[in-house]
Amino acid sequence: VVEGLALLDLGVSPYSGAIFHETPLIIYLFHFLIEYAELVFMITDVLTAVALYLAIQDFNKVVFKKQKLLIELDKYAPDVAELIRTPMEMHYIPLKVALFYLLNPYTVMSCVAKSTCAINNTVIAFFILATIKGSAFLSAVFLALATYQSLYPLTLFAPALLYLLQRQFIPIKLKSKSFWLYTMQYAALYLCSLVVIICLSFFLLNSWDFIPSVYGFILSVPDLTPNIGLFWYFFAEMFEHFSLFFVCVFQINVFFYTIPLAIKLKEHPVFFMFVQIAIISIFKSYPTVGDVALYMAFLPVWSHLYRFLRNIFILSCVLIVCSLLFPVLWHLWIYAGSANSNFYYAITLTFNIGQILLVSDYFYAFLRREYYLTHGLHLTKQDGTEAMLVLK
Amino acid sequence: SNLWYLFLHSVDKAWKELSNILSGIFCASLNFIDSTNTVTPTASFKPLGLANGTDHHLLRYAVLPREVVCTENLTPWKKLLPCGSKAGLAVLLKAERLFHSSYHSQAVHIRPVCRDASCLAVSWELRQTLTVVFDTFSSGQGKKDWSLFKMFSRTLTDACPLASQSKVYVDISPKNKEKELLEVTPPPVSVHEAIVQGDKRTYAVYDLLSPSLFNTSRSLNVQLKWKRPQDSSELPTPVLHAQRYVSGYGLQTGEISTLIYNTHPYRAFPVILLETVPWYLRFYVHTLTIITKGKENKPSYIHYQPAQDRRRPHLLEMLIQLPANSVTKITIQFERALLKWTEYTPDPNHGFYVSSSVLSALVPSVIAMKDTDVEQSPLFTSLFPSSDGSSYFVRLYTEPLLVNLPTPDFSMPYNVICLTCTVVAVCYGSFYNLLTRTFHVEEPSRGGLAKRLANIIRKFRGVPPL
Repeated sequence: VVEGLALLDLGVSPYSGAIFHETPLIIYLFHFLIEYAELVFMITDVLTAVALYLAIQDFNKVVFKKQKLLIELDKYAPDVAELIRTPMEMHYIPLKVALFYLLNPYTVMSCVAKSTCAINNTVIAFFILATIKGSAFLSAVFLALATYQSLYPLTLFAPALLYLLQRQFIPIKLKSKSFWLYTMQYAALYLCSLVVIICLSFFLLNSWDFIPSVYGFILSVPDLTPNIGLFWYFFAEMFEHFSLFFVCVFQINVFFYTIPLAIKLKEHPVFFMFVQIAIISIFKSYPTVGDVALYMAFLPVWSHLYRFLRNIFILSCVLIVCSLLFPVLWHLWIYAGSANSNFYYAITLTFNIGQILLVSDYFYAFLRREYYLTHGLHLTKQDGTEAMLVLK
Repeated sequence: SNLWYLFLHSVDKAWKELSNILSGIFCASLNFIDSTNTVTPTASFKPLGLANGTDHHLLRYAVLPREVVCTENLTPWKKLLPCGSKAGLAVLLKAERLFHSSYHSQAVHIRPVCRDASCLAVSWELRQTLTVVFDTFSSGQGKKDWSLFKMFSRTLTDACPLASQSKVYVDISPKNKEKELLEVTPPPVSVHEAIVQGDKRTYAVYDLLSPSLFNTSRSLNVQLKWKRPQDSSELPTPVLHAQRYVSGYGLQTGEISTLIYNTHPYRAFPVILLETVPWYLRFYVHTLTIITKGKENKPSYIHYQPAQDRRRPHLLEMLIQLPANSVTKITIQFERALLKWTEYTPDPNHGFYVSSSVLSALVPSVIAMKDTDVEQSPLFTSLFPSSDGSSYFVRLYTEPLLVNLPTPDFSMPYNVICLTCTVVAVCYGSFYNLLTRTFHVEEPSRGGLAKRLANIIRKFRGVPPL
């Protein structure tokens, strides 16, 4: 960002080079705030934590109400008393979420490095708060801002829509007129705010240069600077012939989990949002640890799933060890010259596998709990002996 | 090797054609010139000779720092001379002696000139220069004496019949006003004095076309002997000289520093610095600092064009005022990019070359040149041009730099593709399972052959059966 401001001062468009890839609104924001940069990033982190706190508080109320409704409707099996969540147990969850975000070493690192990822996180947190509070307009505006900054939050449109529909008690049936009406309204709000923001950026710098520099950059991955993701080494070692094909495959990979997840998780849109945010931060083209910090902040919300998680100990060890090895192997490759790029790449692979398995473990635990809620905890086979549950 | 040209129109296609044609003529790898090493400088290069008001967008400048000059470049260069290497001064240019030197440089300049005084027609002037630095001190057993035979292992026998002028100038300028310090044989017919680069110099002239030269001997071997051994032979430092180096450690960041020295005792003058840096060293222009005598020196003109990945190099042009008797340090920080594995040169750990930066300046001269001198020695003015008598034009090239970039492992393309796709497949697989399958209570099955065998083994072990 400092480089972009310096280029502006020299009278050159900041997007004429290949260094600056942030949006014009960020330049505009930092034009005034560049002297107080540390304070700005601390404030954004605090804002994110506060937004998450309020959002989860509201969400807990919604969960409890829904649970009460389902118990009264007798949807639950009789012997699931120990799975029912109580307000006492849920009392400290919002505080834990805020603390998980603020005290996460990844967040601290992001703040110290003054990475603009913190601003992304704040916008997404406000979007989540607006969605859970039920305000479609604010939710659309914040989603448009988040999409404008990095392209991937576009996939969060689906969980937000599902949550708002649920809140308005509109059933999700393809033939229902009110469903389509509400969807169109929300989509129109979202697209209009996106168009307004893009036009505003055009008028700030008087050129459309920022579109290839920001979005073209995210989509076509030209810069191969090593990061914690999977893309950089893959494209460094790619045969030229297949480069376009694999770029398309990797980009589609981020977006195409949305529809199946929407179908499976249409009753639980907030969990869907969590899984979607996790997938974005694992597979986006230039991931940073700030993105990882955002979805990890949600883990206390699903702490009741702990008894169904299968590999949590190994996965947390993998993630901790990889985070510790990242700087070591980076230093060995770049500064000491005694290690290869393969060492750092291996840690990237392991870290991403750890993240993927963590998310799918939580997904498995969530689905399993839902099954137990409706079918009872003590399952018996036909002859009365204890049964095992498999995924078939 | 570097190439610059001012076009009239339709630049980019013509530039490609020009670089390819010249590459063919001179057997130099100029065909590697493409948009990744071509820039359009705004102020550093002005066309020589006659020129109309020029648009700097039509000027192109390219440098190939990795190319070295060798015999196959010398041969076509010699072929451009009217007599080739068969007669005249060019008989001295034999490759095996020329390339045993400390420094070797060849240049070809073309400019339009007036055909006559009335300037009704324009013709093209081709000027070829060859600069060679021989180190006779180390090869001549510690003596600074030299001769044409010792340097070139040949002597001059006759002049080129196609030449209108064929002269040898030997610099016999006395240092510190002492005469008789050196002796030139055979004794020169005439002595010529000129002001070159602000200094008064004396030259001994040997005119190959004059019939008296070859009267005594069939061949001309100019020899220079020093009468007294030199005590402290230090050359006077030029008024403007520069150095460039890369600093920093590790393969992530670095800093390019350029030091420019102005040794003139009382005159300050501006200098235009042109830096062309390849795109894979990403400059951070907010780290550009120019410090003279401990204080910051703001340039009066900056033109910066940032690089675009794989398309265009960085271009930084600055007009800096150099105060008298000072050292100016210009530093800029950069970050090294990781390239695709096919973009590395065959020996990637050798490093990547950064081309030299170009300093252009009108250096004020200590002694003013008079107009009469200009008419008498047109060769000197074209070699050492100056617009007015009080300063002369100098174009300096700094050293090229060698920078290491982080390299991926080149033996790994298949492995990397397989491993990364495995990770993506793990995610896809787990999510596919969770999304398309539902939980069922497990039905007991009779078990296949493997299960029955396993049960038999378990019975032997005393473990409950599956």
